[in-house]
Amino acid sequence: MAIISVVVELKDQPGQLLKALEPISRGGGNILSVIHQRDKMTPLKRVPVEISFLVENEKIAKKIVEDIKSNGVLIKSYNEVRLISTTSVMLIGHIVNTDLSDTISRIDSTGFAEVVDMEINMPELNKPSTAMITISATGQKKLHDALDILREVCDKKKILVIEPINEELQ
Amino acid sequence: MIDIAIIGFGSVGQGVAYQLMEKAEKLKELIGNYRIVAVADSKGSVVDEHGLDITDVIKKKQKGNLKGKTAIEVIESVDFDIAIEVTTTNVSDGEPGLTYIRRCFEKGANVITSNKGPLVVAFKELNQLATKKDLKFMYEATVGGAMPLIKLVKNELAGNEIFFIKGILNGTCNYILSRMEKEKMTYSQVLAEAQELKIAEADPTYDVEGVDAAAKLVILANATMDMDARFTDVEITGITQITPEAFEVANYRNYTIRLIAEVNRERETLKVSPRLVPLYHPLAIRGTMNAALIKTDLAGEVVIMGKGAGKNETASAIISDLVEIYRRC
Repeated sequence: MAIISVVVELKDQPGQLLKALEPISRGGGNILSVIHQRDKMTPLKRVPVEISFLVENEKIAKKIVEDIKSNGVLIKSYNEVRLISTTSVMLIGHIVNTDLSDTISRIDSTGFAEVVDMEINMPELNKPSTAMITISATGQKKLHDALDILREVCDKKKILVIEPINEELQ
Repeated sequence: MIDIAIIGFGSVGQGVAYQLMEKAEKLKELIGNYRIVAVADSKGSVVDEHGLDITDVIKKKQKGNLKGKTAIEVIESVDFDIAIEVTTTNVSDGEPGLTYIRRCFEKGANVITSNKGPLVVAFKELNQLATKKDLKFMYEATVGGAMPLIKLVKNELAGNEIFFIKGILNGTCNYILSRMEKEKMTYSQVLAEAQELKIAEADPTYDVEGVDAAAKLVILANATMDMDARFTDVEITGITQITPEAFEVANYRNYTIRLIAEVNRERETLKVSPRLVPLYHPLAIRGTMNAALIKTDLAGEVVIMGKGAGKNETASAIISDLVEIYRRC
């Protein structure tokens, strides 16, 4: 999923906002917020409006932006594309003894993914421990890449990785 | 008149023979007259071209192995229309079932099997041979026991594109995992209990290392998703490393852990591995049950559940194959 942030400049009169919102709804986007920046009104009396919306992928986002333009709406910026994908996986094995910080830093050092949450359960010394770790990445593909790295690292350390069954990564 | 030969006469073979006798009246309405003309086990056979008395054959078998012609000699010398091949599974070379099925096709007999081995080793070859000879080859009992998964996808969901199938295809593993979760017992404690209850074999490797589920997954991928999958294509992780603490951590986050077999066309995945399954998910089932979730383009997601093993459950799948082949209208 992609979160898109677009700033449009609208004439301060009724019906203008609809021209910008209608293509988003038509393209299947989910509008997250609409913020009127009245304090930044332009010399031509246009009001900048920041619209954030969630869409399936960047390709659909670009089509929506084109449709907004063809409705005669001026797009001031479309450069804040943030792609966010997160998933939690379970690790079972000698997680601490096999250098936990190394396992985490292999993900963090990618630049596109990081471990954002972790919880460890250690029953007894020398017995396998269990951890739930949550990884966030800049996109779904990158999240899968990060999971590939995690699997590879854990395979070498003989740590079992249990992934969620659900397709839709939260 | 449909002449049937039963090749393999262990628990499954005896179960099928018994039900064919017990349900004869009902089945004859569906498929017409039939009789069992030969029964063979690993040591010998009994043959009567006018039809065997099954009660008598089961009694003989219970006293020890059968005598007389070998299974191969029965296939080559006795006239029958269909073989019910229910010998023991061997996923490395498919034998002896593979040779039995090949010989049946060569002589012009239809085949129903519950044996995963020949299908894992030679799925394409056997299906091509059957098609070439204009014969029927059915194997519903190889995957999911009584759960009619293959026919559901091939018949009822015909015309759909199948994106993925995820399933619990091994009842033994599901029993062990659900007991570990509920009773907070260790893997080895539950395994010992399952062995005592005859849910797990004395040598449980085949089940707990994921081999059985992987064999079923290969058949499923080839039969329902038109793939050319082989056993070595499956990435397999078993359940032996799962700890009771893992369930505590998973449950706290509203998950459980189950051994899931997955074939996914888009991701080109064929894998059997323990997965985190949300507690509300249809595959978060307990006990020895099997279940599968099929994602399609038209029907969306379809879920099926049923008993994955057992004498009568396997007989149910075999008899349904027989009815599909010979149904009169």
